[in-house]
Amino acid sequence: MDVLLLSRLQFAAATFFHFLFVPLTLGLSILIAIMETIYVKTGDQDYLRAAKFWGRIFLVNFAVGVVTGITLEFQFGTNWARYSRYVGDIFGSLLAIEATLAFFLESTFLAVWAFGWKRLSPKAHAACIWLVALASNLSALWILIANAWMQHPVGYVLRNGRAELDNFLAIVTQPFAWQMFFHTISGAYILSGFFVMGVSAYHLLRKQNIDFFTKSFRMGLAMALIFSVAEVVQGHIHGAEVAKIQPAKLAAMEALWDTQTNAPQTLFLIPDEKNERNLMEFGKIPGALSMLAFHDPNAEVKGLKAFPVEDRPPVTLTFVAFRVMVGLGFLFVLLTFVGFLKRNKLVDSPGYLKIMLWSIPLPYIALQAGWIVTEVGRQPWIVYGIMKTKDAVSPVAASQVGISLAAFIVVYTILGIVAFYLVRKFAIQGPDPLPVPIKKGGV
Amino acid sequence: MLLVTIWFLLWGVLWAVYFMLDGSDLGLGTVMPAVAKTEEERKMVYRSMSPFWDGNEVWLITAGGVTFAAFPATYAVLFSGLYTPLMLILFALIFRGVTFAFRGKVDDPKWRNIWDLALVLGSFLPALLFGVAFANLFQGLPIDGEGIFQGNLLTLLNPYGIAGGLLFVTIFAMHGSLWLTTKSEGALQTRAGDLAKKIWPVVLLLAVIFLLATLRMTNLYDNYLANPVLFLIPAAAVFALLATRVLMALAAWWKAWIASALTIVSTTLFGVVGLYPNLIPSTIDPRFSMTVTNSSSSPLTLKIMLGVALTFVPLVIAYQIWVHFLFKDALTDDEAAYEEGH
Repeated sequence: MDVLLLSRLQFAAATFFHFLFVPLTLGLSILIAIMETIYVKTGDQDYLRAAKFWGRIFLVNFAVGVVTGITLEFQFGTNWARYSRYVGDIFGSLLAIEATLAFFLESTFLAVWAFGWKRLSPKAHAACIWLVALASNLSALWILIANAWMQHPVGYVLRNGRAELDNFLAIVTQPFAWQMFFHTISGAYILSGFFVMGVSAYHLLRKQNIDFFTKSFRMGLAMALIFSVAEVVQGHIHGAEVAKIQPAKLAAMEALWDTQTNAPQTLFLIPDEKNERNLMEFGKIPGALSMLAFHDPNAEVKGLKAFPVEDRPPVTLTFVAFRVMVGLGFLFVLLTFVGFLKRNKLVDSPGYLKIMLWSIPLPYIALQAGWIVTEVGRQPWIVYGIMKTKDAVSPVAASQVGISLAAFIVVYTILGIVAFYLVRKFAIQGPDPLPVPIKKGGV
Repeated sequence: MLLVTIWFLLWGVLWAVYFMLDGSDLGLGTVMPAVAKTEEERKMVYRSMSPFWDGNEVWLITAGGVTFAAFPATYAVLFSGLYTPLMLILFALIFRGVTFAFRGKVDDPKWRNIWDLALVLGSFLPALLFGVAFANLFQGLPIDGEGIFQGNLLTLLNPYGIAGGLLFVTIFAMHGSLWLTTKSEGALQTRAGDLAKKIWPVVLLLAVIFLLATLRMTNLYDNYLANPVLFLIPAAAVFALLATRVLMALAAWWKAWIASALTIVSTTLFGVVGLYPNLIPSTIDPRFSMTVTNSSSSPLTLKIMLGVALTFVPLVIAYQIWVHFLFKDALTDDEAAYEEGH
């Protein structure tokens, strides 16, 4: 295997693994902050216990997210040196801003939160987890602005043999960046909601801490319900934006070969990349794709054949990942609506609870599938339209990358197993018992 | 030129601050088996670092990010050139980092032993490799006209590189031992203080060797000979190192830690200032060197980033100092119990 393929595999493995931990950090931090705030406002001990119970899981999850994030920042230099040199003027500064604005805040105040229960007033303590929630979502914003620039470069000028910054505001305010941001954090909030519901369902099925886990379940439900609905609407707008700025990606997402007006949405098909066609097409809705992509049933949608073969993304992977993401997205709406109807009789709905327990992995799959659409669908470009992935790789030996890739796989497998074991252990262990009230007077 | 010079100095300062802060953690992690004899003492070692290590490590991410943002070509050449040592540092830091989160969470001596080993190796290796990497930077790297590193891991493990590595390991070990003295009492504090005192002469010896070798092996002194006032920087390093010993003798532990922090900062800056205007001197041909002018970002990026840095870095320093005051006293069993959680 060559350096390019090995480096791509390594970056894919490293980002895939990192993003198993990031979304829960984004959403759960907010839920914990809300729980602790309710405790501060009402004095309800259950919410304090809830903040502590979910916080313990959060800390394990966060630690793995942090250590796997550092490697990503350094990999742009180690494995994508030509890319870094070409776009560092823009991309590097966005990463540096992310670190300065978000990472310091996040890491510093999470430690204060974890160890400062007795050193701060309840209000100040709750403020710490709000800062963590703010900072982690802020870091998502900056890294997605950077990624959106790779998808749709704006505000740059090609000068001195590289892309140089021309208009910073254009990069930070471009709608595509904010679309990606809302799409990603909504996904993260759905995942966090499902995680909280799933773990709560485990305990409700065993009729343990019923009050406690009913409260948690409902908070997870509220988060997941709101953002499942929002994601469907926003996902549609996001897709229409992709249609405009990355037509080849859209064609791959839909496995559309021929450019056509009144393009149909095909419900089932099997792409046949070699022969530039689909093997089986079934359930065509005429004009639906034109309608979805351009809000006009007669709009022309570009097919893959409109692009030279070397400028097309891998079709099957992009297509399947997109279907998986969208299918699961609709399933989340359904599951959370059922949850909304059953919100007052959760304990009496063991069937639904079982489904929700086993649904924990689903948003994880949906989010990874979404990233496959985003990143595989952008190929062969690393920066859409201005730099190809094959021109971006470092001048390093294949053996070096081969060894580091093997090391990544071994180390991340170990980390994954230990993190899963610990999260499962704390999830099953349940909250600490209520503190025994101290009786006034008497002995 | 002024803008790139400011960024060059900021770049050096960020690395120096990272070494000063995380140097404590990396050093204490390295010497943990020598200072902590019982499980109770090992716990104290972890607790002396646990509220801080992650905030300290962000300085590394920022130093890396600023290298990328301000000097992208240097970032590209340096990080791809030092591929293998950087990967080793990253894997070490991964294991060191999760150790803090994982170790206390299962109540089993075998489990703890595994993570104790991860802490020691995960602290020792980055300390050594950062030293090797920076010494090689001072000396220059074999980079060609395309910015491609013409060497391998063994190229870096030359005597001067190894001297730099050993200097970092020992100075961090002393610095980390001093950190523990500020967060412990009784036998543990005495042992940590004694260890720092024992390491001190080794640091002195290695520092002298390193400074003399620098004279022979690098061009760092050129800038100093051109502007003798700059000799204040290495003089500060020597003075801070001597002050560290005096303050240790007086058992003024916090002050001794600050003195050793100053030693680390001024030693790093000594090298950085000597490098200017190079970031990576090329040993193949000086024309191939990565400099502040040929490897920097555009003036617009540098200006915007300077605005960001001057606004937010002071804020970060302010709240991190607040955290140090908040956790001035060591964590109690009670306070650590929540995070450990078993």
